[in-house]
Amino acid sequence: MVQTQNRTAASTTDAGDVLLEVKDLKMYFPVTSGIIFQKKVADVKAVDGVTFSIKKGETLGLVGESGCGKTTTGRAILQLYKPTEGHVIFEGQDLTKLKGSEMRAMRRKIQVIFQDPYGSLNPRMTCGDIVGEPLTVHKLTSSKGEYRDRVSELLEVTGLNPYMADRYPHEFSGGQRQRIGIARALAVNPSFIVCDEPVSALDVSIQAQVINLLEELQEQFDLTYLFIAHDLSVVRHISDRVAVMYLGHIVELADRTELYENPLHPYTRALLSAVPIPDPVVEAQRTRIILTGDVPSPMNPPPGCVFHTRCPIAIDDCQIEMPELREVSPDHWVACIRAEGWNEGTPIA
Amino acid sequence: MARTLLEVDNLKTHFFTSDGVVKAVDGISYTVDEGETLAIVGESGCGKSVSALSLMRLVADPPGKIVDGRVMFEGQDLLQVDNAEMRSIRGNRMAMVFQEPMTSLNPVLTIGRQITETLELHQNMNKSQARERAEELVRMVGIADAGSRLKDYPHQFSGGMRQRVMIAMALSCNPRLIIADEPTTALDVTIQAQILELMQDLAQQFGTAMIIITHNLGVVARYAQRVVVMYAGKIIETGTAQEIYRNPSHPYTLGLLKSVPRLDEVRKVSLDPIEGLPPDLVDLPPGCSFAPRCPYVYERCTQETPVLMVHSDAHTTACWRHEELQGLKTAASVS
Repeated sequence: MVQTQNRTAASTTDAGDVLLEVKDLKMYFPVTSGIIFQKKVADVKAVDGVTFSIKKGETLGLVGESGCGKTTTGRAILQLYKPTEGHVIFEGQDLTKLKGSEMRAMRRKIQVIFQDPYGSLNPRMTCGDIVGEPLTVHKLTSSKGEYRDRVSELLEVTGLNPYMADRYPHEFSGGQRQRIGIARALAVNPSFIVCDEPVSALDVSIQAQVINLLEELQEQFDLTYLFIAHDLSVVRHISDRVAVMYLGHIVELADRTELYENPLHPYTRALLSAVPIPDPVVEAQRTRIILTGDVPSPMNPPPGCVFHTRCPIAIDDCQIEMPELREVSPDHWVACIRAEGWNEGTPIA
Repeated sequence: MARTLLEVDNLKTHFFTSDGVVKAVDGISYTVDEGETLAIVGESGCGKSVSALSLMRLVADPPGKIVDGRVMFEGQDLLQVDNAEMRSIRGNRMAMVFQEPMTSLNPVLTIGRQITETLELHQNMNKSQARERAEELVRMVGIADAGSRLKDYPHQFSGGMRQRVMIAMALSCNPRLIIADEPTTALDVTIQAQILELMQDLAQQFGTAMIIITHNLGVVARYAQRVVVMYAGKIIETGTAQEIYRNPSHPYTLGLLKSVPRLDEVRKVSLDPIEGLPPDLVDLPPGCSFAPRCPYVYERCTQETPVLMVHSDAHTTACWRHEELQGLKTAASVS
């Protein structure tokens, strides 16, 4: 069928309910040398052609190791970086083409929750001012009373006490600070939130509280999330679909259950096998794929498939070109020429 | 039965701050056998790192002070020996791998110099012997091209490589005990697996005992023989790894295990977090420190502090209700 051949990872789903489409997004950072006359000597290819889409009300998990470009992808979507190439289409509008004032208006709909609850709150503002600032900026409240009510309401939905509005960030614990960050993001009633490692900095017992909160809010306010994280267990729990990134490329994209039960890319397999399971009996029976070496530098990525230098099943053909994401089974996308080389259905756990 | 290598008895390390006395470690006792791997698990602020630093006598004084206890290591009480003696043990018979490979190496010395320093100091080697041994060590921890990499500085190594260097340094004098404080927390999962496998291989090869300190229960399931769980400066449960994971009997341990999503598990509707916040160590509640967050709390918990009670050979728990929790345990190990 002609139609199926034209499917790309961006248009996996019916166009009707797609909220965000990212098409061939590239984000290069120039490396310069020289003090006065700076000359570009190379590019760090942080994100190198990433394509995906997110449906309304869905959570897309984006996983990968540090330096794989997952945070940069998030920031490029938010237009916090100006993408080198590619399109970010949100509700039919290409964000990369918007002017400053148009983009500012758009930020009412797109918000972000940052990783570090210590670094992302202004220490000289009270919790109430932090949560209320977006209301002032976007002129969302008409009176002082309304403003106060809205701030209290926001603190309450995120599980904080309204009387805490006068406290400063240092008086809060890490988990509470992350709640302030969430309340701030919710202030403008967004429809889409980029969650950039929202629980990585938190203690195990607090992580679960914040994850539950994010899920409750998603249901309550009909939110769509891009959930960026390196913890595969957390991503499995919260996401509907999961994209795995390696060195600026998406190497596998599939439905949560499919990805975890039937991973096809060797990198996904290695990543999953490296995640420890808190049970010595289960652990003793697992086989681990231990990858050798480190992630290559994105300034000088290996030719061909970026993973071939660490790949346990690489062949000579892998060095020719970076494989495209292709659909091996409905909604399961893999960028590997040997994806079928694995023994199908071998359990990873 | 293996010989006991380390015996910690009623160790108390307190910090005297302007806000009051912080009882970071408040009377903990445990033993480590020769060649055994023990894991100390707990959240940030539970005292696990301070307890390790106390063994090495590396707690900053002031404000910290080891106020009570004994640390018997190879028949010597480490808390009684003088500073010179302690220096000859530290890094020699007992070594440490720190959490942050980024900050715990000296940035202005080459890797080679940092390894040979220990060897020249403790093993009385001359320069060329030390260099040879350093090269051998670096090769052993899996760094390619060992000879020339010795001349490199820490910033020229990646995080995983730096942690390998740390391990090489710790192993340099053939210690009997290695204390690893969150050795893989700063690393990515694939690198984490590499490092843990390496540490286990080397420990087995040389018969070195290890204490691995971590907040991640998953990390140690594969490597530890015994597990100690800490909360608010106290040990609340100890047992073999099998017992702790399959049969947890303290509500906190149970809560920790239930609050993390597991990779091999079908997705739950929502997670079961431990409610509330870890207590303020300056102002601990009376009775059991976990009582304010505990779903099974009853009157006695807020009045009397539970002591570690033995309920089988390999398992002790500090909870007044651990026997009643029996039924819940089986439910937890099934799910």
